[in-house]
Amino acid sequence: MLPDAEALIAKLAEQIRRDAGSRVALVGIYTGGVWIAERLHQMLGLSTPIGTIDVSFYRDDYKKTGLRAGVRPSDIPFQVEDADIVLVDDVLYTGRTIRAALNEIFDYGRPLSIRLAALVDRGGRQLPICPQFLGAAVEIASDQTIELRRDASGRLDLTLVTGST
Amino acid sequence: MNTDLQIDAGGKLQHLLTIEGLPPELLLRILDTARSFVSVAEREVKKVPLLRGKAIFNLFFEPSTRTRTTFEIAAKRLSADVVNLNIATSSQTKGETLLDTVANLTAMHADMFIVRHGESGAAHLIARNVGPHIHVINAGDGRHAHPTQALLDMFTIRHYKGGFNGLRVAIVGDILHSRVARSEIHALTTLGVPEVRVIGPRTLLPRQVQNLGVHVFHDMESGLKDVDVVIMLRLQHERMNGALLPSAGEFFKSYGLTPEKLARAKPDAIVMHPGPMNRGVEIDSAVADGRQSVILPQVTFGIAVRMAVMGILAGN
Repeated sequence: MLPDAEALIAKLAEQIRRDAGSRVALVGIYTGGVWIAERLHQMLGLSTPIGTIDVSFYRDDYKKTGLRAGVRPSDIPFQVEDADIVLVDDVLYTGRTIRAALNEIFDYGRPLSIRLAALVDRGGRQLPICPQFLGAAVEIASDQTIELRRDASGRLDLTLVTGST
Repeated sequence: MNTDLQIDAGGKLQHLLTIEGLPPELLLRILDTARSFVSVAEREVKKVPLLRGKAIFNLFFEPSTRTRTTFEIAAKRLSADVVNLNIATSSQTKGETLLDTVANLTAMHADMFIVRHGESGAAHLIARNVGPHIHVINAGDGRHAHPTQALLDMFTIRHYKGGFNGLRVAIVGDILHSRVARSEIHALTTLGVPEVRVIGPRTLLPRQVQNLGVHVFHDMESGLKDVDVVIMLRLQHERMNGALLPSAGEFFKSYGLTPEKLARAKPDAIVMHPGPMNRGVEIDSAVADGRQSVILPQVTFGIAVRMAVMGILAGN
């Protein structure tokens, strides 16, 4: 049974409020990370608009899988130089997406700091990356994935999917 | 020409040689991807690491400034290594054949060829003779096709008009000699533009052009009426052997785009031109530099569109 996404977002907001304060700028990774960042932005009452990134142009599996369809434009509408950034993703797994996101952010400028907020951590890291803000750690089988979904009312929900990668 | 050469058994784009025969989904995918590359150009670092380690050869057998330069910038922004081959200084002048040149460059570990050639079918010939890991982009072959120009024009139309449904698009001038016009007609009809018009004198329109699904006009008055997009073509002096036209001045009088003629189009119509422009021949400076002109944005979008094509091809 997966934890309730809405409760985890409230928990993340509390951690970020305590540690990072209101000077922080959020960058969400498409798609789930952007939904969570939008929610956190509202809960924390931040003034800096959120950044959104699609890491497709920075992925390390391009040679294997090519450029997938449905790439969205990345947009960071604030000054990255000297910013304190919290990078937001839904499911933390190998860490490769985060590596790609870090590289992309640096092409906008040199931030003062980047911290990572993840809704859930399913383990299985292949890179030295760990979250500073975490909703929950979960254990699932290797042939399973967790998807964050958003319903018509905007409510977020974690779903376990078996047999796809 | 053979489109199977472009798309492999798995439906993936291997080469971009012509728009003809490509499905609308593929064209839209290229345009969507290009949108993401436009945002890359607005950052401090305008490069992404996608094509790191790839070698791209610009093979230009015909003069070109804009197309060659934008392909070069596009490749560099994808972090590829780019080599420009200028035919005037290459072995071709010493009698090496096209395929020998390509074979030699392949031996230098080329990953992609961008080909401009005066002969129709040159890029197809190369695509048929390279290994499966090498991709070819047609940057203009004879009077046949110029697919990336058509795609960047589609990107521009989509950007300013929000889509393709319900549009009236007029292509004006020397359709006969224009590979741009041919590729544009295929792209516009594939993407569902309901009314594509061509306007020009009989001598500069291909016979049976209406078979491509376009409406033919011989005068600007009726041809430009209520159009959303006007695409002006360059009068191709260098391709004209024979008296197809009385004079450039006569042409301007009948088909040159002036503010008065443009007033026939919708008030929010956009004016495009693939360049290089002959001011005072096919277009008046007041229009070229006017508020409805999107000629310079076309050039900027061209980089993003070429990045998208290269990014998709090199990953397939």
